[in-house]
Amino acid sequence: MSDSGLITAPQAVPEKREMHVVYSLGDRIFRRIVTAGALTSLVILALIGLFLFARGAEIFRDMGLKFITGVKWATGSEDGTTAAEFSIGPMLVGTIIVSFIALIVALPLSIAGALFIEFYSSQRLKRTLVSLLDLAAAIPSIFFGLWGIQIFSSIAEKWSILLNSYLGWFPLFSNEMQVFGRSPFVAGLVLAAMITPIITSISREVYSRTPRELVDTCYALGGTRWGAIRTVVMPFGRSGVVGGAMLGLGRALGETVAVYLILNLVFGYNFNILEAQGGNIASLIATRFGEATPYELKGLLAAGFVLFMLTLSVNMIATSVVQRAGKDHS
Amino acid sequence: MNQVDTATSVVPTRPWVASRSSQTKGLAAPLIIGIAAYLIVLFTGFAGADGWALLFFLLILAMSFVRSRKLGKTKLTNSMFNVVITGGALLAFAPWLSIFYSLVSKGFHGIYLGYFYHDMRVTTPDDELNLGGVGHAIIGSSMMVLIATAITLPLGILSGVYLTEVRGRLTRLVRFVVQSMSGVPSIVAGLFIFTTVVVTTQTFSGFAGSLALSILMLPTVARTAEEVLKLVPEDLRSASYALGARQWRSSLMVVLPTVRSGLTTAAILGVSRVIGETAPLILTAQSISSFKFNPFSGQIASIPMYIFALLQIGTEYSMARAWSGALVLMVIVFSLFVVARRLGGKDKR
Amino acid sequence: MSQIENSTTMQTQNSDENGTTMNEITTSGAATVVADRPLGLETRGVHAWFGSHHVLSDINLQFPERSVTGLIGPSGCGKSTFLRMLNRMHEFIPSAAMAGEVLMNGSDMYAPEVDAAAMRLKVGMVFQKPNPFPAMTIKENVLSGIKLANLKVPNHDEVVEKCLTRAGLWKEVKDRLNASGGSLSGGQQQRLCIARSLAVEPTILLMDEPCSALDPGSTLRIEETIHELAEKITVVIVTHNMQQASRVSNYCAFFLSDGGPGVLVEADATRKMFTNPTDTRTADYVQGKFG
Repeated sequence: MSDSGLITAPQAVPEKREMHVVYSLGDRIFRRIVTAGALTSLVILALIGLFLFARGAEIFRDMGLKFITGVKWATGSEDGTTAAEFSIGPMLVGTIIVSFIALIVALPLSIAGALFIEFYSSQRLKRTLVSLLDLAAAIPSIFFGLWGIQIFSSIAEKWSILLNSYLGWFPLFSNEMQVFGRSPFVAGLVLAAMITPIITSISREVYSRTPRELVDTCYALGGTRWGAIRTVVMPFGRSGVVGGAMLGLGRALGETVAVYLILNLVFGYNFNILEAQGGNIASLIATRFGEATPYELKGLLAAGFVLFMLTLSVNMIATSVVQRAGKDHS
Repeated sequence: MNQVDTATSVVPTRPWVASRSSQTKGLAAPLIIGIAAYLIVLFTGFAGADGWALLFFLLILAMSFVRSRKLGKTKLTNSMFNVVITGGALLAFAPWLSIFYSLVSKGFHGIYLGYFYHDMRVTTPDDELNLGGVGHAIIGSSMMVLIATAITLPLGILSGVYLTEVRGRLTRLVRFVVQSMSGVPSIVAGLFIFTTVVVTTQTFSGFAGSLALSILMLPTVARTAEEVLKLVPEDLRSASYALGARQWRSSLMVVLPTVRSGLTTAAILGVSRVIGETAPLILTAQSISSFKFNPFSGQIASIPMYIFALLQIGTEYSMARAWSGALVLMVIVFSLFVVARRLGGKDKR
Repeated sequence: MSQIENSTTMQTQNSDENGTTMNEITTSGAATVVADRPLGLETRGVHAWFGSHHVLSDINLQFPERSVTGLIGPSGCGKSTFLRMLNRMHEFIPSAAMAGEVLMNGSDMYAPEVDAAAMRLKVGMVFQKPNPFPAMTIKENVLSGIKLANLKVPNHDEVVEKCLTRAGLWKEVKDRLNASGGSLSGGQQQRLCIARSLAVEPTILLMDEPCSALDPGSTLRIEETIHELAEKITVVIVTHNMQQASRVSNYCAFFLSDGGPGVLVEADATRKMFTNPTDTRTADYVQGKFG
């Protein structure tokens, strides 16, 4: 081939040249400072885990696995004749029970709320509801404690009594003491109200990203609104909703004040959710903190460490699920 | 040829929307059902507003079933789910509406002018509502929040700048950590600061409280800062580099100034996130009943702890004061929201 | 023929080169297409608005049964909006409003007692970007319309084979009906969407620029499919591509907007529109002088 006009004859492909970005001194300092600032979150997170573990280490050593599986939280006597024994088993189980009640109640309501806002409301109503949702997500947990005690308790107590009278034969709903009102069931319901805004918010956002044409196609094929939702919207939003549910679960696991105020703290395994006793790790810490001996304090720190790891793992899984859902569907 | 005159006015219509008359007729049935449900509630064991709501829901469901039964399975399912989803959504919104309503109806009694500049030093649990106030708690909360903002805003901005400007190799890690950190339970944050700061300084303090709040505030501020910086168009940065500016000058003098109001929004959202937190303060700042202006030594008041303490006393007047304090807090959070929303649109794009 | 009511008619018998007889087309004010067969669809005085923005003005158009009508014209003159009015998808946009009538079998589909969902079983639509349901297999995609409308069909496999054959896709996918819908090429996906629309047995098929996202090979394939489909159903196709319009359609309707609402300038047999149009604007457009 010879040169023709403006086109040079093709050559063999040359070696690649390396391209480096060389930063000036000012830029290098800038980048160092910025990176250090950005890494503070990582440092804080690591420090929290480290400190809690370090201070609680003695308890882990003394109790071993019984810290998780034992049944007692005993401070021991002053003269040392009875040893202190700390274990969080009942509180760990209590944490999970209350959080799961909250999730089971909150999830269907949140999905309904998200679908309603996205597909069943007019433009103006939708804007109002989204603002309401944001405001609801900002309600501090102490308000839920306040509302729970003063207003919702009596209603939930009535439901508990009803539940017990019809389904009391089923172990979960039985109640020996016949005292209702400050049970894991009530606390779970209050937590459900607390985590619904987050789950609804995330679900709504995922549903709103459903490709318009897929929904249109359902209608073009002669489907109804529910048909379109069932066929396209819900499968599309599934992973996002799961991520949102896990974030809500994470919030419920760590909730302190509402549970402290509503649930009657009794240290023991309780699977009868209508019975007025229970607790979770967070409220245990809040309750015992004031009068704790130094050794008990270490026990509380060990408990805090377990709670920290639990919520951190749930949140990390939730974050990756939500992030992946966002990427798949962008 | 007859030209159709298209200039004659033709009226736009919406034949797919039910006409006014059929809309009002459509309301008649739910209204009748509502009244029927109310009567049933009066005379049977279904008690209270929740009983009425349940009855209303079941009756509407039954009505939808009867109406749509003949239209075929898909239309029937569609109608039933209309009712179910609307009902579920209402149930989801009900607690928050109830809370907002209660805040106003129960909290409004305790509000008087002096409420804002008195403290609780000389007030007993049985004193009437025109005594005592929340002023000390407002001051305490403000101090703690201010310190927390002073700590988290720079860190949050640095984090945002790292993720959008520097974009180093640790970007994904930083983003992941910031997101995960928002899941740290508030009591754990309090516990951590207690173990480190309170034990070392041998005292509870407002400062310790603000450190605990910072842990909870940082993820919100960092995430919002990143979102706001992401909105800066790439052309702006390109233009700056093309002019020969170094990266640090470009970031500080070109990019950051354009997102000033966005960063203020980040701070405001962070504040609204932590101003209502109780659990971390139980372990760090605790609470007192008088005015105090030194956040570095000794316990200090705050609005959430004010509410918390009153709740535990439990007398009639204490509860009323608790609602009033909560109302004040809600108004503060709401105002922050409104300001944040206003600012959100103000950045020069 | 009796379909012509308030228009001045010029009826002459013409033969084109192949000896097919066609009646001469009539125009009345806004253009109308009249032919010697019953109408699949007809619009009378149709207007469209988005809020206060008037986007279509006085469209009077008749679509003969079992033919292909192409809607042509520069972009932005309301062709897609008009198409969406033919199966009442226009109303899903919150600010949408309309006037006029769209008649199917003589009755207005916008009448209050009309069941819109049932009507859409008869008037199918294929969209510009191929959009098979991602969470479903090829077989499930074809049957999705039947499931959504809960139609009673005795033999699912038979329907799947029939529709995929009519869409010209059967041979290529018959061995992998359980593969995901997204695993096909662009052209294959669009033919899958056509098969999906055919499964509910529409009499009219609306196509909104179905080939604009496809390569020329797939485009030709789909144009062949359209020819075969038009033997049984009425096809209305919006297209930007004039060569496509001349290849694929029997009749054409030329839409135009001068900044105001889109109007129907002329509608006629395709051959006439392209060789001897009545309106100068049509002549300019088909000769590529603008658009």
